[in-house]
Amino acid sequence: MARVELKNIQKSFGLVKAVKDANVTFEENSFTTLLGPSGCGKTTILRMVAGLEAPTSGDIMVGGKRVNEVPIHKRNLGLVFQNYALFPHRTIGENIAFGLKYRGVSKSDTGAKVKEALDIVRLPGVEDRYPSQLSGGQQQRIALARAIVIEPDVLLLDEPLSALDANLREDMRVELKAIQHRIGVTSIFVTHDQSEALAMSDKIIVMSAGRVEQIGAPEEVYNNPASEFVANFLGASNILDVSVSGSDSTSIALDAPYFGTIAVPRDRAVNLGAAKSGKLVIRAEKLRLTNEAVDDKAISAKGVVEAVDYQGQVARYFVRIGDRQFQAMNMIEGRPFDMGAEVTVKINPEDCAVLPADR
Amino acid sequence: MSDTAKEFDRRPWVLLAPSLLAITVLVVIPMSFILVYSFYENIDLAVDRVAFQLGNWQELLTDGYYHIAIWKTLRLSVIVTVLSAVLGYIPAYFIAMTKFRHKWLLLLLLILPFWVSFIIRTLSWIHILGNKGALNGLFMWLGLTEQPIPMMFNEFAVILGFVHVFLPYMILNVYVSLEGIDANLEPAARTLGATPWQAFREVTLPLSTPGLAAGGLLVFVLTGGSYVTPLILGGPNDFMFGNLIYDAVVSELNWPMGATLSFTLLVLLGLVVVLYSRFMGMNQLSKAFS
Ligand SMILES: Nc1ncnc2c1ncn2[C@@H]1O[C@H](COP(=O)(O)OP(=O)(O)OP(=O)(O)O)[C@@H](O)[C@H]1O
Ligand SMILES: [Mg+2]
Repeated sequence: MARVELKNIQKSFGLVKAVKDANVTFEENSFTTLLGPSGCGKTTILRMVAGLEAPTSGDIMVGGKRVNEVPIHKRNLGLVFQNYALFPHRTIGENIAFGLKYRGVSKSDTGAKVKEALDIVRLPGVEDRYPSQLSGGQQQRIALARAIVIEPDVLLLDEPLSALDANLREDMRVELKAIQHRIGVTSIFVTHDQSEALAMSDKIIVMSAGRVEQIGAPEEVYNNPASEFVANFLGASNILDVSVSGSDSTSIALDAPYFGTIAVPRDRAVNLGAAKSGKLVIRAEKLRLTNEAVDDKAISAKGVVEAVDYQGQVARYFVRIGDRQFQAMNMIEGRPFDMGAEVTVKINPEDCAVLPADR
Repeated sequence: MSDTAKEFDRRPWVLLAPSLLAITVLVVIPMSFILVYSFYENIDLAVDRVAFQLGNWQELLTDGYYHIAIWKTLRLSVIVTVLSAVLGYIPAYFIAMTKFRHKWLLLLLLILPFWVSFIIRTLSWIHILGNKGALNGLFMWLGLTEQPIPMMFNEFAVILGFVHVFLPYMILNVYVSLEGIDANLEPAARTLGATPWQAFREVTLPLSTPGLAAGGLLVFVLTGGSYVTPLILGGPNDFMFGNLIYDAVVSELNWPMGATLSFTLLVLLGLVVVLYSRFMGMNQLSKAFS
């Protein structure tokens, strides 16, 4: 169990800058997620921590010690690959015991440890099978068992759930989190799935094009995105250009197109600073559609439903207000709105977040 | 008892028919002729008498000369196979692992020699190893030796010629099986605590044995059946079983004996293939060829 720190880490592949000046701390025993779109450098960071890739510059610290020059096999990290990377010519038992052999664990202890690891991942009794005889989800658990049986200082997980189907993925993410909690190992989890990141993490690191965009707890990143990129990456957002028209001790008044003046609580505008203009971020699921009359104090605008994406419990509406299209994700109560319906769109100021204009 | 379960399914036989036909016409029938011919009697140069007699076979079993040839052939084939495996694995590994973007170029280089006739490639060694060849020229120019060092017409030259000609088969087979190995397996072994060498030995090497086995079998059989290389590069004592067939058929015009020897070589090499695939597991081989 150890804390991992990246200090001014850069990594270039020829002309491609895969990671640009990352400064990140992964706290001891916590579950941290690296979240970002394909190609943003998540795997590269994981591989640098594991030692499979050397940083172009910067320091990697594990448990307070610089490990840049420590060879891979001496780092004591458990890495779960995206494609599992189980040894096809070895049985499940031999796969899991692989790392124990190099740690001088005796034959009898090895058997017991393998059994224990299989119990942890809830797949007892498959020691004598070969990886090809297990399903994708089972192989994934074996890969996890192989990584945790060596009692690593850090557990690195590279999109371990992405090859599973939707149902299994949701089961596995609960299970994975439970296992991590039980053994309490510092874990770095890579994904490009925002719901996975929100559900599992103690802390999320949002990345874009090799740069760290935001670091924070799931609620923080979700409710208070630090940039337009983060706002859009964690679910659909509507973004409006606004200007500051006044402020008092509790709120900041913003002039927004279509909706008029909105008084946003100060804690929702921490990223704005002293700027005079900014961007108002409203999540699709916070935009309320109604066809009932609204009282005068409510912040609202009139619009027309242009398209409906029906998803069972919820529906995603594309609503035109003036010359802009907004996205709204609403629970369906009774009947969903039809295409062409005239609706009133309501905003709750507490649900907004404000960003400076240049981000 | 249901009738449907016992009903004869013709489909496999229909699908196999073309190959069975080809094997019958091109292999089984000609080999049968050769077998029959081995019982004929040779009377004079190119004059045979139709007969059923075991004279040729008796000669094969009793004349030590043939046994020496079998032993030499076996020995050379083993040496060439082992050398090709060791020398071929390294370039195959390099081509499979390199991050060089134009990998096809390296593979093309491997296939390039096939564009030049095998005989010309073998003859080219005369210009390198011969008394007036490049190496001796260099040594004499450097003053390392007064007289040219004899490097040609011995077993060394024969082995060199074989390895030179058959190495690409080994490299290609090993390369294909290395290429099929998940690139994350070695890193996975490394993170679990294996040194680079241990990771190679425990993961990559065992997973590439199908390629090694297939390449090895190919080189062994190709070497075992050769006669041109020892003819060009070997001395009078560097004959293989194939050379005896050549002598019997071409020099002595003794076709019945030639047929006897040919059939023997076929059976011996066939035996190697059968034993080998029993030992290695035929599925391993088919994996490598697929
Ligand atoms: N070995 C390499 N050689 C050259 N470029 C590389 C190499 N590895 C990664 N890159 C580049 O670095 C960038 C980041 O790659 P990385 O694999 O870290 O992305 P990722 O965030 O893991 O993406 P994904 O979600 O698709 O796995 C990409 O532009 C990629 O093309
Ligand atoms: Mg990746």
